[in-house]
Amino acid sequence: MQKKSPQSIGVDRRTVLKWGTALGGLGMLGDGAGILSAVTPARAAAAGTKIITQSCMVNCGSRCVVKAHVVDGKIVRMSTDDSGNDEYGNHQIRACLRGRALRQRVYAPDRLKYPMIRTGVRGEGKFRRASWDEALDLIAGKLKDVKARYGNEAIYLHYATGQLGGTVSKSWPPGQSAIARLMNCFGGYLNHYNTYSTAQITTAMPYLYGAGFGQAIADMANSKLVVMFGNNPAATRMSGAGIVNDLVHVRQTSKFPLIVIDPFFTDTAALADEWIPIRPGTDGALCAAIAHVLITENKVDQAFLDKYSVGFDDAHLPEGIPANSSYKSYILGLGPDRQAKTPAWASKITAIPTERIVKLAHQIGDAKPCCISQGWGPQRHGNGEDTARAIAMLAILTGNVGIPGGGSGARESGYGLPLATLPVLTNPIKDSISFFLWTDAILRGQEMTATRDGVRGTDKLKAPIKFLWNYAGNALINQHSDVNKTAEILRDDKKCEMIVVIDNHMTASARFADVLLPGTTNFEENDFTVSSFVSEMAFVAFTQQAITPMFECRDVYTICADLAGRLGIGDKFTEGKTRDQWLQLILDKSREKIPGLPKTLDEAWAMGVYKAKNPGAPFVAYKAFRDNPDANKLATPSGKIEVFSKRLWDINKSWQLPKGERIPAIPEYTPDFDHHADPKAKKYPLQMVDFHYKQRTHSTWGNVPWVKEAAPQQLWINPIDAKTRKIRHGDPVKVFNEHGTSVTKAKVTERVMPGVVLLPQGAWYQRDGKKGDKGGCSNVLTTHRPSPLAKGNPQHSVLVQVARA
Amino acid sequence: MMKRPAFHIDLSTCIGCKTCMIACKDKNDLPDGIKWRRVSEYAGGSWKKATDGTFTQDVFAYYASVGCNHCEDPACLKVCPTGAITKNASGIVVIDQQKCNGCKNCVMACPYQAPQFNAALKKASKCDFCQDLLADGKPPACVSACVTRSLSFGEYDDLKKRFGEAAQMAVHVAPLPDPSITRPNLLVKPGRTAKPIGSKAGAVVNPEEI
Repeated sequence: MQKKSPQSIGVDRRTVLKWGTALGGLGMLGDGAGILSAVTPARAAAAGTKIITQSCMVNCGSRCVVKAHVVDGKIVRMSTDDSGNDEYGNHQIRACLRGRALRQRVYAPDRLKYPMIRTGVRGEGKFRRASWDEALDLIAGKLKDVKARYGNEAIYLHYATGQLGGTVSKSWPPGQSAIARLMNCFGGYLNHYNTYSTAQITTAMPYLYGAGFGQAIADMANSKLVVMFGNNPAATRMSGAGIVNDLVHVRQTSKFPLIVIDPFFTDTAALADEWIPIRPGTDGALCAAIAHVLITENKVDQAFLDKYSVGFDDAHLPEGIPANSSYKSYILGLGPDRQAKTPAWASKITAIPTERIVKLAHQIGDAKPCCISQGWGPQRHGNGEDTARAIAMLAILTGNVGIPGGGSGARESGYGLPLATLPVLTNPIKDSISFFLWTDAILRGQEMTATRDGVRGTDKLKAPIKFLWNYAGNALINQHSDVNKTAEILRDDKKCEMIVVIDNHMTASARFADVLLPGTTNFEENDFTVSSFVSEMAFVAFTQQAITPMFECRDVYTICADLAGRLGIGDKFTEGKTRDQWLQLILDKSREKIPGLPKTLDEAWAMGVYKAKNPGAPFVAYKAFRDNPDANKLATPSGKIEVFSKRLWDINKSWQLPKGERIPAIPEYTPDFDHHADPKAKKYPLQMVDFHYKQRTHSTWGNVPWVKEAAPQQLWINPIDAKTRKIRHGDPVKVFNEHGTSVTKAKVTERVMPGVVLLPQGAWYQRDGKKGDKGGCSNVLTTHRPSPLAKGNPQHSVLVQVARA
Repeated sequence: MMKRPAFHIDLSTCIGCKTCMIACKDKNDLPDGIKWRRVSEYAGGSWKKATDGTFTQDVFAYYASVGCNHCEDPACLKVCPTGAITKNASGIVVIDQQKCNGCKNCVMACPYQAPQFNAALKKASKCDFCQDLLADGKPPACVSACVTRSLSFGEYDDLKKRFGEAAQMAVHVAPLPDPSITRPNLLVKPGRTAKPIGSKAGAVVNPEEI
């Protein structure tokens, strides 16, 4: 906290002094002295403390309950749900370390305080203070100008998940945000599809199953074996009412062996019976070899495959498809590549010994039922679409789909409540790009087509992106791939002509704003939130304003309403309602489906949290289809599981793909971008995975001292790779490739396999020279090249070299 | 009022998330560098590369969350020259901030690093079992924070009954110190890969975090 606040860089001295004074007013979270000299404020002020129910609204997906202890208008402590006896099913919605550190996030020294307008080159971080009127006039003027010159198709709502939980204040999906309502009133905007989280699996699974459902974690109680591929709920679903708690609970109450397959010994692997390390991006090869054993040893469920799927063998191929195009032919080496996918073949690719692959195949084939599950790590690769389907094939081959104790091979689903959100009206524009190609749409919008760039809703884009909204997101620079290339594209303000950022802190993305608006945190506004990524108990939290908006911060609804007035669409946007009146409407609409919800806002604030236990059995994916496949067809063209997808077969023929890329009709193993055997590996021999880390949810909390102290940013490197580079634990190291260089410290640990390094994603980019970063930001090293089908982010397909810094 | 307050940690379910540590820091408003509860990451194992390029390994990792164990024979108390450290009627070992002279004897003596030295204030401080919360009938902040319910607290004998005699013995788990030094009020359930005290199989691999 002694460090110079990033906000003080590049602003004039007078403003810095003003901020200094303002920061002084923030009080107790200052520097190292703390307040240990006396009693804690929580104790001292116990009598006058107001305890307000709030939630963590960020993008880990969980929405844990936090309780703000407020004394004299300031939050002095953050506790969590302590209601009831914590019995599973009515358990406490305990926040993780990040939720408990929210006080430092609210009172961070780099809180945005006033509207600001860029004065320097875009991205340089030079701003001047502006009034709200001046800032909003500038935005309204530019919106009208861009609309007149390029049409509404040139306006883009960027992917942003910093405020995922609210109903009125939510930033994601952007199409359900207050900004979307505003832009829909104004004539629409360019849409996007998919996410940085799940692009490849979300795109691939519907070709196989017609949907993307997975089994509920609690159903593992019915499993004889659970195999998790790249699934790490201990880091990605850390809520005390979330998947990790569900997993720990089901592990304690029923006995099933758990095997975790991952390039590193995750905290979930620590809960498992066995860990099998695997080279990143090679899960598809492992699955093909397991399939080889299952097929050659007659361990496949042929009756299931015949009844419920198409394309497993040549006898069940769609009409007009050449012989030996089936999955079975591919596995046995009868397909075009003439390569049998034997365990020995896969062992060289995966680095897993042949005998372990054979044993795993036997374990999966013999356990009845067996649950195959995957996280979103394996799919976040250049070959992620194929990998996601390849893993699911293990569930299909063994007939484990649609039954208790089995699973679809996708990531877990669970119980939920249908809470309504702010009505956003309809976007008249249907044109949509992959979330990942927005930088392309800035550079070459009009050239982007359906069959080359995956544009949807139209054959060809009508305009490049000229106006970009970035509300509560850091994917403008930090979380998008190839920071240096992105920065170069954004720096040119003749291309994208205006970037508006609304946020709480001076993030790496905020520095690229033309107009930078200070938003409120959820502690400064009323809202509701609903659970997600839970197995058996869902909830709604009514999150009441705990403190008055800090500085000149405004909530997104107020900002949009004000802008709507300037755009001449004020009545259309507000319908005469205040924020609280919208909340009342949302509550009324929600109560139609959830009768137990309170009637008024006051009742809601008094209730705090509404919990609901799944009244039925844990969710079994595709159960209705399994029970009666004729009455409950899947949403695929055949109505069955499409092991061979005729749609993908056609896409592979009709799309213009870069040289060397394919979209296989069956779940093949296709080598990843920048994989371990790529010629590039001679220069950059280490595979890098930018994993989810307990310090942050993506980039959120990257400025919070408590969590940085508890879990510092480090490059995880195996002692074998560290030794050859003379790197010791704690040494500063540089990680580099053709995209850039990032500097951080080394964590030398056996927990990552040799040949692989891990750099937790989300650390804040701190520019250091032309292509350098000293913040440990993984996206300095990732590529803009999209995956073939989803046009998604291959952010785990990275080759790097590492050296002492 | 408790007589012999104790913590129980379940190493088989702890995911090392450090929520306990942050809940403690927030509750007690602790500045950078002062950690009344610390989470050690104990890990080890080795890798073997076969001639075909495949790997075998015996890697393991687990976490141990430790605050102050309010020991029966507190090393900190014995070395305090000013009488600032006492074991109160509830069995809680407390440091009187007015009497502490900042000599750091307790910091050196405690094998659990429970007393933490605040250089700015020149005082040692540590976990007081959230005695204010206990007085209100509430659990300590760390216990009510634990997302995997791996931390418990209670009367030592009750915990022993609840978790079994084995839990008492299992304090003999690396990287914890030998319990005979201070007779800690700490009970432990080891995980699948737990190593005995003094084991050379692993090491605390996160010295910068504790």
